[in-house]
Amino acid sequence: MATIVFYILGAIAIVATLLSITRNNPVHAVIYLVNSLFALALLFYLLGAPLVAAWEVIIYAGAIMVLFLFIIMMLELAPGKKADRFGPGWAQWLPILLLAVALGACTLLLTGLDSAGAEGVPRWYATPRDFGYTLFKEYALAVEIVSFQLLFAAVGAFYVGKPERKKRARGGV
Amino acid sequence: MIVPLGHVLILSTILFFLGLVCVLARRNLIMILIGVEIMLNAVGLALVGASSFWQQLDGQVFVIFLMAMTSAEVSISLAMVVYLQRRKGTVDVRAFDEMRG
Repeated sequence: MATIVFYILGAIAIVATLLSITRNNPVHAVIYLVNSLFALALLFYLLGAPLVAAWEVIIYAGAIMVLFLFIIMMLELAPGKKADRFGPGWAQWLPILLLAVALGACTLLLTGLDSAGAEGVPRWYATPRDFGYTLFKEYALAVEIVSFQLLFAAVGAFYVGKPERKKRARGGV
Repeated sequence: MIVPLGHVLILSTILFFLGLVCVLARRNLIMILIGVEIMLNAVGLALVGASSFWQQLDGQVFVIFLMAMTSAEVSISLAMVVYLQRRKGTVDVRAFDEMRG
C-alpha cells in the first residue's frame, strides 16, 4: 500500500513542479510549488521522517512560499499589461532541456546499473524524541552556527532592503 | 520495505533537474529563486531517503539545516529582488547584464 502511495505522490510532485516552472504568472507558479511541497511532505512522512514532514509544511509551504507571494504582490509582479515580457521563447528552453535530459538520463542509467540501491527502504520511523536527542546532542555546535546564520540573514536582509537615499548618504553601493 | 532506494534517488534526480531547468531557462528573478527552492527540496528528499535506508537520523538533521539555510537564502535574495526592482523597475535578469564602476 505504501509503495503505491509513494509512486502516486512522486508523480504528483513531478507534475506539479513541471507546471510550476512553466507558468508565466509567478503567483500560479508559487501555488503549484506549494502543491508539490505538500506531496514532498507526505513522501517524507512515508520515508519515516514525520517531524521533517511537519516542518516542510510549516516552514516551506507556510513561511517561505508566503514570503514569495508577499514580495510578488508587493512589487506587482503578477503579469497584467506587461504579461509577455516574462515568458521566454521556446528556443531558449531547448539547450537547457537537452542538457537536463542528457544529465538526467546518465544519472538514471548509473542508478540502474549500480545494484547497491536495489534493496528496499525499510519501514522505519524516527520519533521526534530520538530526532531531538540527535539534533541537540551530536549537532549542538551546528545548531548554534545555524542560529548565527539566521541572525546574519536577518541583518543582511534589513541592510539590503533599506531605502535608497540612506544608503547613498553612507556612501554604500 | 516500501520502495527501492534507487527509486527515491531517481525521483529526487528528476526534481533536481526540473529545478535546474527552471534556474537556467527562466528570465524572471522570482522564477529563478523558485527553481533554487525546487533543487534544495530535491536534495532534501535524497537525504531523507538515505536516512531511512540506513536508519540513521543524520540525514534528517541535515534536512533541518537545509531548511534553515533556505530560509536565510530566501530572505536575503528576496530583499535583493526588492532592491533590484527599485533600481531598474523590473525583475527581468536581462536588465542586469551591465556593470558600473
